[in-house]
Amino acid sequence: MTFLLPALVFGGILVGLAAALTIAERLLVNYGVCRIDINDGDRELEVDGGQSLLSALNESKVFIPSACGGRGSCGYCKATVLEGGGPLLPTEAPFLTRAEIRSGVRLACQVKVREDIRIKIPEDFLNVKQFAATVSSMKMLTHDMVEATFALDDPAEMEARAGQYIQITAPSPEGPVQRAYSISSPPSDSGHVQIVVRLVPEGIGSTYVHGLEKGEQVTFTGPYGEFRLNEDPEVEVICVGGGSGMAPIKNVVHTVLERWPERKCWLFFGCRGASDVFYLEEFEELARKHPNFRVVYALSAPEEGDDWAGETGFIHISLDKHLEGADPSRQAFLCGPPPMIEAVMGVLETKGLRDENIFYDKF
Amino acid sequence: MTEISPLLILVAAIFTNNILLANFLGMCSFLAVSKQIDTALGLGAAVIFVMTATTAINYGVYHLVLVPLGMTILQYIVFIAVIAAFVQFVEMFVERFSLKLYHALGIFLPLITVNCAILGVSLFMIIRSYTFWQSVAFGFGGGVGWTLAIVLIAGLRQKMGYSNVPGPFRGVAIAMVITGVMAMAFMGFAGMVNIQ
Repeated sequence: MTFLLPALVFGGILVGLAAALTIAERLLVNYGVCRIDINDGDRELEVDGGQSLLSALNESKVFIPSACGGRGSCGYCKATVLEGGGPLLPTEAPFLTRAEIRSGVRLACQVKVREDIRIKIPEDFLNVKQFAATVSSMKMLTHDMVEATFALDDPAEMEARAGQYIQITAPSPEGPVQRAYSISSPPSDSGHVQIVVRLVPEGIGSTYVHGLEKGEQVTFTGPYGEFRLNEDPEVEVICVGGGSGMAPIKNVVHTVLERWPERKCWLFFGCRGASDVFYLEEFEELARKHPNFRVVYALSAPEEGDDWAGETGFIHISLDKHLEGADPSRQAFLCGPPPMIEAVMGVLETKGLRDENIFYDKF
Repeated sequence: MTEISPLLILVAAIFTNNILLANFLGMCSFLAVSKQIDTALGLGAAVIFVMTATTAINYGVYHLVLVPLGMTILQYIVFIAVIAAFVQFVEMFVERFSLKLYHALGIFLPLITVNCAILGVSLFMIIRSYTFWQSVAFGFGGGVGWTLAIVLIAGLRQKMGYSNVPGPFRGVAIAMVITGVMAMAFMGFAGMVNIQ
């Protein structure tokens, strides 16, 4: 009894404190139902206050890109908050330029919805949908690169532009996460979505994709992405990819050649060794059919015993070597690791390409 | 004990019995946050609020719950539980009404829970058998004294950024030395008032 009573008293005090805290939370942290006004009345949502803008939008099936799933580490979920967003938080500042901050751009995953809020997001995002699909094929392209094709179930078709990406929902110990992958199949194949993924050690998304089997169900949202192919067949298209950056490049190349078989098009692809080369035969075949399509592969670190007759060195060097002239109307689509993007952009600028005609994805 | 006016206790808690410089309680957040005066002031304000309120609440819990039940031995864990709950409440309050302050304080707001000065003040109140108003004055004065010490050290450390501190002493070591010297300075107040 000497032990029971004090334990009960202490327990009682703890219960009393917990009750007081719960009441305080109910009163203080209760924000009620808040209204989100998107694009000046284009869409109006009613959501439960107290959650982040990103999750409130996702709940109402408005999907804006997010590579880190709301942790504040990718900077993808930018949205312009016109009013009701509260002060700028130190977690957002590193991802925003001063001009963006002045125009009210915020990270949706860090903005907490506490009152009625007015936001502006690109029109495109309102067209993003959630798709349920079945894996129709899994093909290993190299030792760590897989080509996964999904047949769309619901909705059965996706309207995408060349070079856009999807966000796949992958399971993780902390709950489902979103990972972005570019679509490698051309938009004309609207009932399928194909992606190319490199296996990253300990990577949640890539491990999930590499483990998929034919017939399995997957969920993803899309299409996202700013790649905009110029519809003028006179405009030359330059595609540069590094490693798993092949996906959107393949998409753009097929789209261009399907619609304008005579259009001038370049494909530059850089990887490390001969064991990382893939799709080379397919593209060389395509180059034979389309005389204005040129393919250049370059290995930056060829291994001993590689049977490689092609170019070596970094891909931006090959770019410098092959591209001539200073035609400012050309368009370029880049996808690969950030250092490659920086190097290639430097070369493209010396060749006269304009910033607004260069599109890139750095993930 | 019951004759000393709360005002005197308040003044004493700031100078002669400074909780940090005389009793050496609350040193960890003091050393971590005392690098800049604004952060030091912000944290100090939060500590004053928490210290005063928890002293009052703990007085109530002790005399209205523990003493009648004869469970005074529980005071240590009960006081900590009350302090933890109160800091949670302060967090909710600050997040609701001043988001900027909430993010400026960051992790240091919940860290106030484990600031031993706060527990120390409550325990001293029991040991010295203060009345309610003496306890509140002691809590408030303790908080102000802690803030005073932390702001003074922050000022000194900011200035030290420009001094030539010998290698082995840089960082925490020189901060400890300065704290010791300041404690000795505050000892000059000793004996002025006896609030034991």
